[in-house]
Amino acid sequence: MNMKPWIAVVVAGLASTAAAQDQNSLSIEGEDMVTEAAAPAHMENLDTIYSGWRFRSGETQALETDDFDNPAFVFVDQGIDLFDKVDGTEGKACSSCHENVEDFAGLRTQLPKVQDGKLVAMEDLVNGCRTERMGAEPWKWSGGQMTAVTALIGLQSRGMPMDVAIDGDAAPFWEQGKELYYTRVGQLDMSCSNCHEDNYGMMIRADHLSQGQINGFPTYRLKNAKLNSIHGRFKGCMKNIRATPFAEGGDEFKALELYLASRGEGLSVETPSVRN
Amino acid sequence: MASGVKPRVKVPKTASAGDTITIKTLISHKMESGQRKDDDGNVIPRSIINRFTADFNGQNVIDVTLEPAISTNPYFQFEAVVPESGEFTFTWYDDDGDVYDTSKKIEVS
Amino acid sequence: MKLTRRNLLIISSAGVAATAMGSLPAFASLTDDAINELTGGAALGEGAITLTAPEIAENGNTVPIEVDAPGAVAITLFADGNPVPNVATFKFGPLSASRSASTRIRLATTQNVVAIAQMEDGSFQKASANVKVTIGGCGG
Repeated sequence: MNMKPWIAVVVAGLASTAAAQDQNSLSIEGEDMVTEAAAPAHMENLDTIYSGWRFRSGETQALETDDFDNPAFVFVDQGIDLFDKVDGTEGKACSSCHENVEDFAGLRTQLPKVQDGKLVAMEDLVNGCRTERMGAEPWKWSGGQMTAVTALIGLQSRGMPMDVAIDGDAAPFWEQGKELYYTRVGQLDMSCSNCHEDNYGMMIRADHLSQGQINGFPTYRLKNAKLNSIHGRFKGCMKNIRATPFAEGGDEFKALELYLASRGEGLSVETPSVRN
Repeated sequence: MASGVKPRVKVPKTASAGDTITIKTLISHKMESGQRKDDDGNVIPRSIINRFTADFNGQNVIDVTLEPAISTNPYFQFEAVVPESGEFTFTWYDDDGDVYDTSKKIEVS
Repeated sequence: MKLTRRNLLIISSAGVAATAMGSLPAFASLTDDAINELTGGAALGEGAITLTAPEIAENGNTVPIEVDAPGAVAITLFADGNPVPNVATFKFGPLSASRSASTRIRLATTQNVVAIAQMEDGSFQKASANVKVTIGGCGG
């Protein structure tokens, strides 16, 4: 042993301090995140909204506080490579037009949004560029390439408050999303609200129910050790209540995504977050 | 070659001679345990990283034997002493015979 | 004995019961066997090795584990409830600053994680920690 004992004590002390995360305040790479906010006016049944991070165990919480410890960053690295990779008939990469990925700061907070009368999610924007500008094949909505790039783009907004538009053109989509949120479906006859509004904070068997916020997506889940898309997660919830899931990238999930994004107004974007 | 394998390492850029530094490493790898079955009930063959080594200027820091119980995207954190300026070499050995490596320089004053 | 359908059922269910009863102790002894193989049956001291593991793991897929054994040459980790008990072995080289390491491991069920350290004088140290692994209600 070539280390003085007192150094060992100091090092061990530091290590345990770093690991013990105060369960109420999240700081990622030294930047404070908002994980709790007053519910936006349109939410009738809740006073306070909480990031899903608040519902996880201390060990899982700690993984998100450091970009090296956060396993999602191996996929962000893959996203950086993909962003620079030429693909398709036009000989272009994402970075041919979007020279600095940092310019996407703020985009995550505003999506989904209405463009030419249609509600578009980040995946639509990525595939729009791929098919129209690059002459490349679209990526699968929840595939590894798509989630790597949406994690990279979303990361540029980390720490910024969620802020989607729900009025004007967006209003009918938002109403549709709200309708879906409160509609019971499936053999278990449950709506999103039954778990994530009426019973958040309770245990469902050994799982701690969150409010179902989407401010950290795509998210790295310990369960499957990969990045998970928002629509992929919706699909998982629907399967659990024995319902036939809507299509990823379909109108229903996009409307639900808009409504859920609006329920997170004021929470920091945590992309890419770490969840159970 | 297993697809999408990407190493990440975190080493301070500078240190004082004899300092203890903390090193973190992560590599993207499925670590298929050999215990799982596919949809048809067939065992998915084991495919893991079975060894990881960290060396500094040719001297060993740590040599790890990995079994299938190591999580997907294997992560290690450990401490090294740096006697002089030089280069860390990190090497991961895959069951399929592939070897992945990466290196990091450190300036010691 | 004549091989009738009833006899066959009795035989096979006895076989299943024996296998089921045998499985738990078998796992424990697998770990003991693995430890014996490592130590050559030497006595195991306690107290010089610190094993840090969560009391309850939120997900058995990724359980953070830390071991620290000042004066160790190598530390081996076992998980006594996994199908294969061996988890990892850390051998410390001349430039290692402390005999400690952290990693993330898979635990199939609630079980003991055991760390065995081989010390510089050739003796062995043991530490173990029970980790409860929860089964999610809503794996999604």
